[in-house]
Amino acid sequence: MNIDAISFYFFAALAVVSAILVVTRRNAVHSAIFLVAALLATAGIFLQLHAEFLFIVQVILYVGGIMVLFVFVIMLVNLDVAARQMQFNRMWFVALCLTIALGAQVYMVIHYAHSGVMEALFRLPPAPAAALEPNSELIGVSLFTEYMLPFEIASVMLLVAMIGAVVMAKRKV
Amino acid sequence: MLQELYIFFKPHLLPILYALVIVLVLPLLAGYVVLLERKVMADMQARLGPMRVGPHGLLQPLADAVKLLMKEDIIPESADKWIFWLAPLLSVTAGMVAMAALPIGPVFQIANLNVGLLFILGIGSMGIFGIVLGGWASNSHYSLLGALRSAAQLVSYETAAGMAVVSGVILGGSLNTSVLVNMQSEQHVWFIFVAPIGFFLYLVASIAETNRAPFDLPEAESELVAGYMTEYSGFRWALYFLAEYTNMIVVASIATTLFLGGWLRPFASTRAFNFLDYVPMLLMLLVAGYSLYRAPKQPVPVQKMVMVGVAGLCFGLAAILGAPVFIKTGMIGAMMPGVHGAFWFLFKVGIYLYVFLWLRFTFPRYRFDQLMKLGWHFLIPVSIANVFGVAIASYLHRSEADGGHGWNLWAAVLLTTVITFVIAAILAKKGENPPRAPLTAEKF
Amino acid sequence: MLSITHYLVLSLALFTIGVVGVVTRRNVIIILMSIELILNAVNINLVAFSRLFGVVGGQVFAIFIITDAAAEAAVGLGIIIAFFRNRETVLADEMDLLKW
Repeated sequence: MNIDAISFYFFAALAVVSAILVVTRRNAVHSAIFLVAALLATAGIFLQLHAEFLFIVQVILYVGGIMVLFVFVIMLVNLDVAARQMQFNRMWFVALCLTIALGAQVYMVIHYAHSGVMEALFRLPPAPAAALEPNSELIGVSLFTEYMLPFEIASVMLLVAMIGAVVMAKRKV
Repeated sequence: MLQELYIFFKPHLLPILYALVIVLVLPLLAGYVVLLERKVMADMQARLGPMRVGPHGLLQPLADAVKLLMKEDIIPESADKWIFWLAPLLSVTAGMVAMAALPIGPVFQIANLNVGLLFILGIGSMGIFGIVLGGWASNSHYSLLGALRSAAQLVSYETAAGMAVVSGVILGGSLNTSVLVNMQSEQHVWFIFVAPIGFFLYLVASIAETNRAPFDLPEAESELVAGYMTEYSGFRWALYFLAEYTNMIVVASIATTLFLGGWLRPFASTRAFNFLDYVPMLLMLLVAGYSLYRAPKQPVPVQKMVMVGVAGLCFGLAAILGAPVFIKTGMIGAMMPGVHGAFWFLFKVGIYLYVFLWLRFTFPRYRFDQLMKLGWHFLIPVSIANVFGVAIASYLHRSEADGGHGWNLWAAVLLTTVITFVIAAILAKKGENPPRAPLTAEKF
Repeated sequence: MLSITHYLVLSLALFTIGVVGVVTRRNVIIILMSIELILNAVNINLVAFSRLFGVVGGQVFAIFIITDAAAEAAVGLGIIIAFFRNRETVLADEMDLLKW
């Protein structure tokens, strides 16, 4: 029972429980708070995987940026009326089929872990943690050398999204 | 079984001890910062401030804490109870968790993270949630407006603060707080002298980040009652208050680590200035002596005893600070970097906080649209220009072997600072309102 | 102890919950939140494999996904605000202007 396993199970349980609560709450603000918890649990999983830069990027961008935006919009869009109506539509059968399909995939993953084609993949021990240290430097170097083009495209995409969001939300274009 | 638990926890015992110390000491420290603020405000307004509760008001924070704890806990009827309870908790937790990565000394650090600086910034940005949810949960117009304004202000100035921090990180070469301070020690210069505009930008942005005057419209009494804190009373309000002062201390710590040399003594690497090592002890002895001098003049025996207690505490601190300077060997001598580092760090944080308090009582408040205009139209462009400037200065200064040009540090710094300053001046000039037409009476 | 299977199962669980949320809920904002859950599940998967192979590309891809999610959330919420201003509703069932 080392610290790796304990932290994984803790963050995984927190993530799954928070995620279930996100999709079942009636009040949108409660859902947003549980989504913050789920995102923080995901950040914890990143930290447990020795991806420290991604952990802090997740906290700053997702929790400190995107979720604040969500909470702002929930407050601007007055949801009292919506909270009193039916929350779930009639597509529960489709959701059930999708769940069964994805559950079957989980089963196949676990099945192959013990026998079959991909056993070698699942038996692979993880690379030593030192392969990804120093984390921030490695990510920075690869962002500026190997993944330079996606980096530039991402910045253009953010500019376009910024303009789009401003135009969308203006009263008179 | 117990043996196994001990082996499991052993590497974490010291950080847990530090964390306990910080969590226990922090509310007390925040209370005394409040007292300091009231005394400084009084001093700048030519009066005395709290004098009654303890000698010179020294027991005022305890009285405030007892009062706040004993107040009735009122929850508005149509408020969302669960979120109402959660919001101050989020603010305080964000502030305290951010203190986990503060480099108070070379050894006195709970967690020496590789991304320490970014961690503090990121967790600080989680404090926005406490504010927004608090305003929402109160179910009142003033609270919601105050919360939205406050959150908008925080988000706007976060970008500028982040880029000011980036300019410091370019000079330091790492996000690790220990490495940053060691680089300032190696290069024999505090980064404030290499990136002065970056420090100024961070100063302004951090004042806005903590909702302090002159950027405190969201919580100003004459504007929005108390903004998002309106419906909170008693201990919940105390938690918000604690969160605000904790944020001030965290922000001051970032500035100290990045720009003011962290735990380094002024002129840390010059042997000629080694006499500065005696300064902490002398300072504490001075305070202790003054307390003893004023003790007999107090009107009431309780105040006399408190003054003598304060003097005793300062004598103890002087002993702790002075012993490693005189006894340079053994365990006591090894304590020196830790203890003196902590002293210089807290000293610099104190100076930064004093500047906060000074600015609060000097400048009038910014209106909200002026505030947002300042953040987006002035601070962010200047911070981008500053990042460019610092990067160019760093490139010019680096030696030929590392790919730079090997200029003198001060020449490179002067060049880039002047260029950034010119850009800032142009932006400031553009942002001014055009001169209005003279009113009728002005002609006479 | 912890093999890649654990992370795959966790990622699939979060993905499933997100998909159920998208398919089943009527409130558009909660649908958007479920989409964020789906993206996070994918991120966990990517980072787990990046750790398994010792390659940093997985984490870089995850950073791009987070960037993408931010942009999409901003534009999506802008659309919701614009629609709410016109129709006063945030329920997906009632956004049926294009229905014949």
